[in-house]
Amino acid sequence: MAGTLVVAELAEGQAKRTTHSAIAFAKQVGAPFAILAIGGGAAGAAKELAAYGAQKVIVVDDAALANYVCERFAPTVVAVAKAGGYDTIALTASSFGKDLAPRVAAKLGAGYAPDINQVTVDGPKRRYRRPQYAGNAFGWLEIATPVHVVSVRQTEFPAAEASGGSSPIETAARAPDDAAAARVEFVKLEAGKSERPDLGEARVVVSGGRSLKEQFKQVLEPLADALGAAIGASRAACDAGYAPAELQVGQTGRTVAPQLYVAVGISGAIQHIAGMKASKVIVAINKDPDAPIFQIADYGLVQDLFVAVPEMVKEVKAST
Amino acid sequence: MKILVAVKRVSDPENLNKIKLSPQGKVDTSGLEPKASPYDEYALETALRLTENGANTKQRLGEVVAVTFAPKESEQMLRAMLGTGADRAIRVDATDDALDGDVVARGLKALVEKEKPDLVLLGYQQAENESNEVGQMLAEHLGWPQATFVGSIKSEDDKALLVGREIEGATAQLRVTLPAVVTVLDKIIHPKSVQSKHTAQAHAYPDGVRFAALMAIMAAKKKPLAEMKLAELVPAATLKVTYGNAELPPKRAAGVKVKDVKELVTKLKTEAKVI
Ligand SMILES: Cc1cc2nc3c(=O)[nH]c(=O)nc-3n(C[C@H](O)[C@H](O)[C@H](O)COP(=O)(O)OP(=O)(O)OC[C@H]3O[C@@H](n4cnc5c(N)ncnc54)[C@H](O)[C@@H]3O)c2cc1C
Ligand SMILES: Nc1ncnc2c1ncn2[C@@H]1O[C@H](COP(=O)(O)O)[C@@H](O)[C@H]1O
Repeated sequence: MAGTLVVAELAEGQAKRTTHSAIAFAKQVGAPFAILAIGGGAAGAAKELAAYGAQKVIVVDDAALANYVCERFAPTVVAVAKAGGYDTIALTASSFGKDLAPRVAAKLGAGYAPDINQVTVDGPKRRYRRPQYAGNAFGWLEIATPVHVVSVRQTEFPAAEASGGSSPIETAARAPDDAAAARVEFVKLEAGKSERPDLGEARVVVSGGRSLKEQFKQVLEPLADALGAAIGASRAACDAGYAPAELQVGQTGRTVAPQLYVAVGISGAIQHIAGMKASKVIVAINKDPDAPIFQIADYGLVQDLFVAVPEMVKEVKAST
Repeated sequence: MKILVAVKRVSDPENLNKIKLSPQGKVDTSGLEPKASPYDEYALETALRLTENGANTKQRLGEVVAVTFAPKESEQMLRAMLGTGADRAIRVDATDDALDGDVVARGLKALVEKEKPDLVLLGYQQAENESNEVGQMLAEHLGWPQATFVGSIKSEDDKALLVGREIEGATAQLRVTLPAVVTVLDKIIHPKSVQSKHTAQAHAYPDGVRFAALMAIMAAKKKPLAEMKLAELVPAATLKVTYGNAELPPKRAAGVKVKDVKELVTKLKTEAKVI
C-alpha cells in the first residue's frame, strides 16, 4: 500500500513540534499516512500521535533505543518502511532527522530531498523545493527512485493540529542493529540549561552580537523577560564565549521564524540572515546606520544598544 | 592515523547574496570566486590537528589525503590544501551535473576501499547545496559508524574518538570505534576542540584554520596530486536526484528607521501588533 511513513521525533516521551510539521507534509501530499513512534517512551507519545488522523501509529519502544543512535534507529525505520510498502518516508529537518534520513535513504536505495520547504504534487509527479546558497536561492528537485525520503523544515510547514480521531496503535519489533552499532557507544547528553522557551518554538527571539561582550546576559535577559522571548546569538558572540554555542542562530546554528526577531548589535552577515530572515517582523538595533541588518529589518533603530535596550525594557513593561 | 578529507569546491560563501538566475532559470554564480566549502576547510584543519603535535606542526604523524569530485579547475584548490598541510590529493574528474549526494558517497566508498583510511572527515554540509547527506550515505555504504554535527573530537589512542554532537540545545557525546565517518561544524576549529595523544592537553591552537606559508605553497607543488575518472569508482552512475529550475527568494524590503525606543515600542504594539 502506498502512502507516507512519518518518523516522529520524540523527546521525553512526547512528540516534538518538528513532528507536527512532518505530519502536515504527509497530509499535504494526500495519500494515507502512518506514524512511526520510535525510541524510549514511544508508547506514551503514540497515544498523543493517534489524534492526528493517521491510518495507524506504529510503536517501537525498546530499552535499547532509549538514546538516539543512528545505527540502531535506521534499521528499524527501514524495516517498518518496507513492511508497510510506503512510497515516502518523512522525517524532521532537525539534527535528528538530518542525521537519520540520509542513512535510511541509502539503505532503501532511495532518493533524498533534504530540508524541504514546499512540495507540489501533480499526479505521480512530485517536486520538492528547498533553500540553498545560504537562503539566497530555492532549488526545485525531483527524485527518480520509486521511494522518496524527505526531511521537512519546521519553519515552513505549519504544525498539524490534532483532529481528535483515534488511530489504531500497533507495536512492532526492533530490527537488528547495523553491525556498525557495535562501534558506537552513547556516552551522555549534556543539555544546555535554560529555563527560557526553546529557540525553535518561541514567538519572540531576542538575539545579541559580539558587541555585547561580557554583558550579554545582563543586557539581554531583562528584554527577553519583558517580551517572553527566547535568547539567540550571532556566531561571533558564541565564538567569543559571551553566549553558549547552542544559542547560535544562522546557517550553522538554529533556523528560527518567530513573530518578532530583535537583533541587538548584530551586523547582519549573510550566514546570520540565513537563519532568521523568515521571521515575521524584524527589529534591528545597531549604532552603525550602514549595518547590513538594516536592509532586511522592518524597524531599525540607530542607537547605542547599551542605552537603547534598557530603555526598551522600561517601555515594554510600561506598555503591557 | 590516516585520514581522508572530502572537499567540495563552491562559490565564495561570503557573497552568495550576489547570485543571479540565468535566462534558463538556473543559479548563476559567475563573478563569485571559487573556494573550498568552509566546513571542508574545517575538516582539513581537524585532520591536521589529529595527525601532528600541536607544538611542532612541521613533523607529520599521520597521513591526510584531500579528495574532491570536480573538474580540472579545482586543482588550484587542492594545491592550496596541500600547501596548508595535506600530504596528498586526489581529484575525481566530474562536473556537478553528473553528481548527486549518493554518487559522491559511492565514489568516496570506492576510494576508501582503495585507500583504507581510519577516518573520513567531511563538512557537515556544503555551502552551495547544503544537502547535509554525503557523510551519512557514505557511512551506510561502508557499514561504518557515523557522527554528524560534530563540534569536538578527542582521539583516544587513535583507536576510538570521543565526539561531541551539537544538537538542538544540547551536546550528545558518542564514542565511535574507528574506522568511522565524521562530519564537522564550525565549532571544531576552536582552540581546544580537537585533542589527540600527540599534542599536550594544555595546548591551545589559534582560533580558526591555519594559512599556508609561501614556502609551504612552493613545496606543495611537489606533493602528489592524482587524477581519477568517476567511472573507475562508480561504474554506470545514475542520479537519484536532479535539480530543475531555481527561484530567488522575494527580497525582504528594508523597513523604516524609527527615531527612538518610544516610537519603536509603539510601532511594535499598534502597527506590527507583535507585542
Ligand atoms: C562557514 C561560516 C558559517 C557561519 N555561520 C554563522 C551562523 O550560523 N550564525 C552567525 O551569526 N554567523 C555565522 N557566521 C559568521 C558571520 O559571518 C559573522 O562573522 C557573524 O555573524 C558576525 O557576528 P556579529 O554581528 O555579532 O559581529 P560583528 O560583525 O562584529 O558586528 C557587530 C555589530 O555590532 C554593532 N555594534 C557595536 N557596538 C555597538 C553598540 N554599542 N551599540 C549598537 N551596536 C553596536 C556594530 O555596528 C556591528 O554592526 C559564519 C561564518 C562562516 C564563515
Ligand atoms: N563533489 C564533492 N567532492 C568532494 N566532497 C564532496 C562533494 N560533495 C560533497 N562533498 C562532501 O560532503 C560534505 C557534505 O556535502 P552535502 O551533503 O552535499 O551538503 C561536504 O562538506 C564535502 O565534505
